[in-house]
Amino acid sequence: MTTSTKLRRSMLFLPGSNAAMLSTAFVFKPDSIMFDLEDAVSLREKDSARLLVFHALKLRNYRAMETVVRINPLSTPFGRQDLEAVVRAGVDVVRLPKTDAPEDVHVLEREVERIELECGREVGSTKLMAAIESASGVVNAVAIATASPRLIGIALAGFDYVMDMQTERGDGTELFYARCAVLHAARFAKIDAFDVVFSDVNDDEGFLKEVELIKRLGFNGKSLINPRQIEQLHNAFAPTQEEVDYARRVVAAAELGERQGLGVVSLNGKMIDAPVIQHARVVLQRAQASGVRR
Amino acid sequence: MSNNVQTRLAGFALPANVEAFAGVAAHAPYLASREGKHDRKIANSLEDAIRASGLKDGMTISFHHAFREGDTTINSVVAKLAEMGFRDLTLAPSSLLSCNSPLIAHIKSGVIRRIYTSGMRGKLAEAISNGLMDNPIHIHSHGGRVHLMDRGELAIDVSFLGVATSDSFGNANAVTGKSRCGSLGYAMVDAARAKKVILLAEQIVPYPNAPASIRQDQVDFVVKVDQIGDPAKISVGAARITSNPRELLIARLAADVMEHAGYFEEGFSMQTGTGGSATATARFLEKKMLQKGIKAGFALGGITGSIVDLHKKGLIGRILDTQSFDAVAADSLANNPQHWEISTNYYANLTAKAAAVDMVDMVILSALEIDLDFNVNVITGSDGVMRGASGGHSDTAAGAALPIVVGPLIRSRIPTVVEKCTTVVTPGETIGVLVTDHGVAVNPNRPDVAERLTAAGLPVVSIQELYARATELVGTPRPIEFLDKVVGVVRYRDGSAIDVVRQVKG
Repeated sequence: MTTSTKLRRSMLFLPGSNAAMLSTAFVFKPDSIMFDLEDAVSLREKDSARLLVFHALKLRNYRAMETVVRINPLSTPFGRQDLEAVVRAGVDVVRLPKTDAPEDVHVLEREVERIELECGREVGSTKLMAAIESASGVVNAVAIATASPRLIGIALAGFDYVMDMQTERGDGTELFYARCAVLHAARFAKIDAFDVVFSDVNDDEGFLKEVELIKRLGFNGKSLINPRQIEQLHNAFAPTQEEVDYARRVVAAAELGERQGLGVVSLNGKMIDAPVIQHARVVLQRAQASGVRR
Repeated sequence: MSNNVQTRLAGFALPANVEAFAGVAAHAPYLASREGKHDRKIANSLEDAIRASGLKDGMTISFHHAFREGDTTINSVVAKLAEMGFRDLTLAPSSLLSCNSPLIAHIKSGVIRRIYTSGMRGKLAEAISNGLMDNPIHIHSHGGRVHLMDRGELAIDVSFLGVATSDSFGNANAVTGKSRCGSLGYAMVDAARAKKVILLAEQIVPYPNAPASIRQDQVDFVVKVDQIGDPAKISVGAARITSNPRELLIARLAADVMEHAGYFEEGFSMQTGTGGSATATARFLEKKMLQKGIKAGFALGGITGSIVDLHKKGLIGRILDTQSFDAVAADSLANNPQHWEISTNYYANLTAKAAAVDMVDMVILSALEIDLDFNVNVITGSDGVMRGASGGHSDTAAGAALPIVVGPLIRSRIPTVVEKCTTVVTPGETIGVLVTDHGVAVNPNRPDVAERLTAAGLPVVSIQELYARATELVGTPRPIEFLDKVVGVVRYRDGSAIDVVRQVKG
């Protein structure tokens, strides 16, 4: 398990049953695109959506970004069929919904490995992420986050969680503990952490406020339900010109120090150590992806 | 008195073309009374005005379409002409829209024999595409229409122009009164050129009415009517800022292109159009103008509230308005001295002494189809049926320093980028850049622009790549089946024929 270097700020949800969206949604260029076979697909469309997503995953145009599929829970009649289809189609990441305990991840991992062996896909090449949607999942977050080396991240899913907590979505207070728990578990496991969707797509101000909050908490990114939110999110995550300039100086000083064999490097009289250098590299990576903040 | 004149003229042999003075009212009988003087142009009814105009079978009549889908003048006047028994007329409105489907009956009955128009939509367009008329219609651009008039091909005998207010002499506008469509840019051309001009006015106001978009020295008759059009239907679906993520993506990219193509500097000029992406482009451009401290000298063409908004914020100096697309634009035209009403002659006629399109830097244009040579079709749909308008497309493409076509690569399952356009309206050599949701293609004849956009990190690809992408996603559509009969002739802005539209195989 290593700290991920892939940018995962935006994970765009697409209903797996929407053929028109599936055929061209790659133009919105999210960091990761998530085809949903679970809650966004009605019961009578489960099979057709699975077929659509199978073919979408094979589109050349989706190769440029990370593909994720949210399968139905393995306890349902659809979950295993979903998994068979998407692992064989070459999905990058399988997202498991309603993960309550590490055993859920273990079951998924065994199934994925079996399918990889059957279809000749390199064992371990299918990554996993777990969505935490209950009090049980939050309490078990550390165990879940460390359940498999295939895990690239864990995500908090707000709707089911607040229902389980016998409350409802509000100003974010209701999610405070869960956000912190999921985030700490992810950081402990050195994997990524994703925040909940913001469902009022017409409330730009509310969305940006929430993005600011989760960015400050330390989340890698957020699940999104409208392509319009991608650009706003990327811009909010983009560093300012000053931050970029400083990061460049930090990285330059670090590289110089490395060449000179120095253990500790300083910049303008201030010591810069490994975490500072690592943060500077993330800043530059974000700037390279979306420029500086506008 | 006459004796006196005869005495005075005694012994002088009058030249053949000079007659002896016969009293002040000899050639102006209306001067005999005050009412006669003031109300001599007021017709009691449309029918009276038509009779007085001398309209005859086979003549050419014209209209403006500034009310777009809200127009009621064209249909009601043609119905009256039919009722009066006129036949074989040439109909020459500045354009036709879906609301004009009642004209089908008048074409069938022989009242209308020929049509000149910028475009057509809806049932009328379908019927004509299916061979309704014996003579092909002529599709012209806004500037090209004036050119056809000036060179004599399109000679208007009687022009019927709906105005919101007029005084009894015919000083008229559409920025005061009830049904305000704003600019009368189209009508100004007809008023200046038609042999007879009949104003249909919703309201007769005291003399002198101002502003005089149409002037008393151009007008023959004034008829009071109940309604000329519904301004609420001018911008059906056009004025709202889009929330469609794909349109927003294209708009953002178009604004990026405008920023980096080499023309974004203090005093630049633009025409943004009125579609969803176009309106959003203006909003994205606003941010860039504020960030870089750049202001536009003028904006041109069809004007919406979003352009007026930029002007009010001090980001656009003057607005040259040939058609107002919403109430905000119409009201601004009424109240703002920097917001000018211009005729389509001033706007876009290539044989005018000057056309504003030649001064504009960047124009945002739409396309139903654009082909590998950048030719653009804005008139026929993927089924070969007419469903659009030439408008100012070819005029601004020819005049602007950088014409930018924007549109989705695919509409549902219909590709926008095609190998060959069904109908060519605007020649590809005049198009600079194509902006789609799948990337930006620059015309190979603009390597300077391609270089700048690439340097700015924009997703520049070849139009062949966009075509390949479209084909990969939706396949190649089966060719449309046409019959041999020509139902429309596309006239370029210089009057030449650039393409024909053939009857679709029904």
